[in-house]
Amino acid sequence: MLIINGNNCDAIGMTISEYLTKENYDEKRVAVERNGEIIPKPQYSAVILNDGDTVEVISFVGGG
Amino acid sequence: MNLPTEKEMYAALEKRHGASIQKKLSNASVAVCGLGGLGSNITISLARLGIGKLILVDFDKVDLANLNRQQYAVKHIGMNKTDAMYDIIKSIMPYANVELHNKKITKDNINILSQADIICEAFDDAQSKAMLVNYAAELFPQKYIVCASGMAGIGCANNIITRKITEHLFVCGDGKSDIAEKGSVFSTGAMLCAAHQAHTVLRIITENFDA
Repeated sequence: MLIINGNNCDAIGMTISEYLTKENYDEKRVAVERNGEIIPKPQYSAVILNDGDTVEVISFVGGG
Repeated sequence: MNLPTEKEMYAALEKRHGASIQKKLSNASVAVCGLGGLGSNITISLARLGIGKLILVDFDKVDLANLNRQQYAVKHIGMNKTDAMYDIIKSIMPYANVELHNKKITKDNINILSQADIICEAFDDAQSKAMLVNYAAELFPQKYIVCASGMAGIGCANNIITRKITEHLFVCGDGKSDIAEKGSVFSTGAMLCAAHQAHTVLRIITENFDA
């Protein structure tokens, strides 16, 4: 099971980049946490989402 | 009235907050990146807590259009936000230790935050928010980061929350109210979210730092 933003997700085996593209996230606006760690941006295209991972994609919105 | 002495001001904080908590707060160093609606409110709360060192970063000047939600006064219009914030802090806490950086944070100069125990992200632009959070998490994995996303518009105040993402990263806001859709950040939304951020700083320091 792969949990992303609280939901069971059918994205096992995808890289973070592939997942973000598939879900129409703007990579410039996100931070990605996996199993308690923030994944550095340069690793998005190398890190593969695995069975058992818990992921949170924080997609920032403007205003402050 | 005569200016209270530094000792008198510290004693007053100790009396209100308790000696052990005040010692932790006074030993802590907190950076505030962006001194707009969020950052000006966060900074004033942190100054009132008696945080030991404040590192303030902004490249902008105070504009008339900022006064709807930022803690500046008419007399500050045209000043650097860092200098205007310094004026406000010193009028509340004259002995506060404040370091000013009148610049835009990039990956090349992010080391200006190296002395901070906690970094508050208080920008208004979504890409800048993500940039700071990602760089800071990568370069300073032991520092705490308290960022904000979603406080524009007139949604229910109770939708603004604080979420713990990792041991070191907290996100305040409703996560979705984008200024691009809502049009404005109001003074109340800015204060609500800024209060969440400043309160999270207080909780991090009191729960995790040594007295």
